[in-house]
Amino acid sequence: MFTNFPLFPQQASVQAGQVDAIYFFVVAITAFFSLIIAGAIAFFAAKYRRRHDAEVGVAIHGSLILEILWSVIPFFLTMGMFAWGAKVFFDLYRPPAGAMEIFVVGKQWMWKIQHMDGQREINELHVPVGRPVKLIMGSEDVIHSFYIPAFRVKADVIPGRYNTLWFEATKPGTYHLFCAEYCGTKHSGMTGRVVAMDPADYQAWLSGGSASDSPVAAGEKLFQDLVCNTCHIQGSQGRGPVLTNLFGNTVELQDGGRVTADEAYIRESIVNPQAKIVAGFQPIMPTFQGLVTEEQLLQLIAYVRSLSAQGTAPSPAGTAAPTMPQKSDQPVQEPRKPGR
Amino acid sequence: MLDRHAEHFPGPIHQPPLVANVDAIQPGVHAEHAYHPRLQHHFDDMEQQVEASTLGMWVFLVTEIMFFGGLFMAYLVYRWASPTGFQEASNHLNVTWGAVNTAVLICSSLTMALGVRAAQTSAPARTQVGWIVATMVLGAAFLGVKVIEYTDKFTHHLVPGPNFVWEGQYPAAAEIFYSLYFCMTGLHALHMIIGLGIMTVIAIMAWRGQFDSTYYTPVEVSGLYWHFVDIVWIFLFPLLYLIGYHYH
Amino acid sequence: MHGVVMVFFFLIPSIPAVLGNFLVPIMIGAKDLAFPRINLLSWYIYVLGGVFTLFAALSGGVDTGWTFYTPYSTAASNSHVMSAALGVFITGFSSILTGLNFIVTIHRMRAPGMTWFRLPLFIWAHYATSLIMILGTPVIAITVLMVAAERALHLGIFDPALGGDPVLFQHLFWFYSHPAVYIMILPAMGVISEIVQAFSRKNIFGYSFIAFSSLAIAVIGFFVWGHHLFVAGQSVYAGLIFSFISFLVAIPSAIKVFNWTATIYKGSVSLDSPMLYAFGFIGLFTIGGLTGLVLATMGIDIHVHDTYFVVAHFHYIMVGGAIMGYLGGLHYWWPKMTGKLYSEAWSKFSALIVFVGFNLTFFPQFIAGYIGMPRRYHAYPPEFQVLNVLSSAGASILAVGYIIPLIYFMYSLVAGEKAANDPWGSRGLEWEIPSPPPTENFTVTPVVTEGTHQYVHPSQEVGVA
Repeated sequence: MFTNFPLFPQQASVQAGQVDAIYFFVVAITAFFSLIIAGAIAFFAAKYRRRHDAEVGVAIHGSLILEILWSVIPFFLTMGMFAWGAKVFFDLYRPPAGAMEIFVVGKQWMWKIQHMDGQREINELHVPVGRPVKLIMGSEDVIHSFYIPAFRVKADVIPGRYNTLWFEATKPGTYHLFCAEYCGTKHSGMTGRVVAMDPADYQAWLSGGSASDSPVAAGEKLFQDLVCNTCHIQGSQGRGPVLTNLFGNTVELQDGGRVTADEAYIRESIVNPQAKIVAGFQPIMPTFQGLVTEEQLLQLIAYVRSLSAQGTAPSPAGTAAPTMPQKSDQPVQEPRKPGR
Repeated sequence: MLDRHAEHFPGPIHQPPLVANVDAIQPGVHAEHAYHPRLQHHFDDMEQQVEASTLGMWVFLVTEIMFFGGLFMAYLVYRWASPTGFQEASNHLNVTWGAVNTAVLICSSLTMALGVRAAQTSAPARTQVGWIVATMVLGAAFLGVKVIEYTDKFTHHLVPGPNFVWEGQYPAAAEIFYSLYFCMTGLHALHMIIGLGIMTVIAIMAWRGQFDSTYYTPVEVSGLYWHFVDIVWIFLFPLLYLIGYHYH
Repeated sequence: MHGVVMVFFFLIPSIPAVLGNFLVPIMIGAKDLAFPRINLLSWYIYVLGGVFTLFAALSGGVDTGWTFYTPYSTAASNSHVMSAALGVFITGFSSILTGLNFIVTIHRMRAPGMTWFRLPLFIWAHYATSLIMILGTPVIAITVLMVAAERALHLGIFDPALGGDPVLFQHLFWFYSHPAVYIMILPAMGVISEIVQAFSRKNIFGYSFIAFSSLAIAVIGFFVWGHHLFVAGQSVYAGLIFSFISFLVAIPSAIKVFNWTATIYKGSVSLDSPMLYAFGFIGLFTIGGLTGLVLATMGIDIHVHDTYFVVAHFHYIMVGGAIMGYLGGLHYWWPKMTGKLYSEAWSKFSALIVFVGFNLTFFPQFIAGYIGMPRRYHAYPPEFQVLNVLSSAGASILAVGYIIPLIYFMYSLVAGEKAANDPWGSRGLEWEIPSPPPTENFTVTPVVTEGTHQYVHPSQEVGVA
């Protein structure tokens, strides 16, 4: 019975060590204070036990110095936890530039995963070790939450918007993948496994199996099938804005506002085209809500992004550097450390 | 350890009676004031009773503010998310009816205040009842106008749900706008209906001559409620009808 | 379903309704609450809300959990969300009316000489609780009403398919539901403040710090809701602020624990069952509160959010805190409320059983949570089995610990020894009137001349330890 009885999760990503370090720090402090209080109570209760029925305690009013001490010391300790925790959070939140991207769609009750090379998986995610991986995640129905305990990463997957998370696996192996937000009767069945592989094995895995179209290619095909290309054409005479070099750049809107063309913006422009009208254009685009699935949306976004990657537009600082992993990529030799 | 029969709780404990001179309390604490027939048994005097009732109503109104606050919050969030859509949607509301209703409610607040004043100054019962009935008539007029407006929305398919039809550019924002419109004005109308019920009771009490300058708390407290419901409308009217309104 | 019933129908009303309604007027020297009829009304409303929820439970249950997260609750769930939501909505009014009643009573009904700083700490705790009840509860009421409207009438408010924002629901929900945690724990803290004084025969250490920390918790508690959304994709900076404030709210709780400990110092400590429950409370609440720091730390919360770690944490606060406080208070005031004494030996035994059973139930869940077992899983990978079996075993022990008091309390009603006015040798207005108290509590309005729990003459009071 006790053969499989872990008391601590595996550490299998660069983040796991960071999270565990601060966890032990906080636990040590809390254990220290718990023991002090429990010890003091036990000691006082024994030492000052009532010795006869009429005994009363000494009337002590209080002590300002003590009150200040036990407010200020915990305050600084918690501020230490806060600052360290925030630092770890920022590292968890910001994917390093050039992270390899994978699309994830959650639906009741499965995880659909699509690699940029066209590999598709359900409830399984294969990733290379030693390379930052960024997941771009959407949901088809209700809120789910993508959780890999061994990597110490989790993010809610919310319909109508994209959340991202990133990790860099350090140890080859198979790890649990859980849904951590209640999503219906089979919530506890919405699990899967994450397989971290040596880069060479990963390449082998990529080239094996039946790869379908890459998201970019699938998106380009959709773009033509849905006749998007009749309005969004090259040059200035189109009825819709030009999409080349759009992604990652700032867009001027009709109402004077500005918006950065990111995944959320592109998505909104497809399902709710009237929400943000580009300056100089008419609000004539019909909505594609219900006509395209979440997966197809991600493919269209991948296609629009690829139009920028080929161009010379400077990639935006930070988040979404549109680096597409190519099949010809050599396996990364040294695990790259993300900025900490 | 535990002395179960502490009547003879022994020993040298200094036992200061927490309640000083219980026996020495002047038996006249109550007798000094003549008992008012409306004084409830658990209050010491009328002043305490009045203060308790008024404070109670104010606290209740605070909860009402938080209650509407949730809706106002949702409104703000969605207005911020799609300002032009909300503007377009709000242009289909009838500002004239809204303005009429605002005027009606402000007048009803005035008649309500006069009703409280009539009770406070021991005015004859029919004067008190007159002002209260006037308030009720105005409140009913408000609801009448609301019925006209709602009917109009139904006939124009502006009620969210499967039958919602929007010809403009921002159907999603418009549907949210009308969802909020019906939630907010519907909740407000519900408060008006409850207010009418309260006023009916108050009118009957006034008719029986129960209010005079020594006892008018029910009128005053109901008045607070009525004014509060008016004020909610004073916020609803600009938020829903006026912001982004242009003549067309 | 368990969450809905426990949170809305037990934890939130337990101490305020059972102990508060009885003790608040007595402790401030009033004959009754300011609005006895509203009080009765709030009971009827509570029952009505209970009927709706019971209907939901009996007709197949509601599967959204007590959080009713959209769009699952409005669009996907096939269970009885409507009647459960209505039950919560209706019960909310019961809570509001109770809070309103307490606030007015504490403001306007105090006996002559009962100044704010002579109020028993139980009253301060209830005042803070009432503030949360009247400010927070309306928001959850309107929120579940919007959920019901969206579900029944297809008004688009939260469902992204109708143009809404599901995360807005989470904001509105937690705006109430995080402070609601303090509705549960603050009255328990008030109970503990009373018990620690009574069974140390000693006035509280740092009265004003305990009193104001209750208010501080109530106020700051309104600004921490966002720590439930660290992984929901809210802005990083919003997360930063919520994390900061969440740490702040730990300070007043720490002040309370330190002051209770200091109160025992140089007391005359008697380990009667209420005191055992109080010690249990302090121990469990300390663990629950300190693991709250783990959750407030953003970097760690990403990992443990929505796992059994959270489950263990809030059960330590709510079951370990609120229920230990409730049981402690019930044991302390039982002779006063019923006029009967219960078996001291059995009550000590049950306090011990509850403490052991509780820890066995919920401590393994911390470990399971950190290993990564998500909440609301009925089936789990094999490595979690040992911990789950331990937990189930603990739950059985805990159940025994809850049944024993039920038996000896019942027995005391029938055959218990008659209780004196002050069976504990305690101090306070409630101990100066007969057990059980007469209908109007006091035959003459009392005049108060000093603070609570003064066991020695004020001239003998020591300033510093």
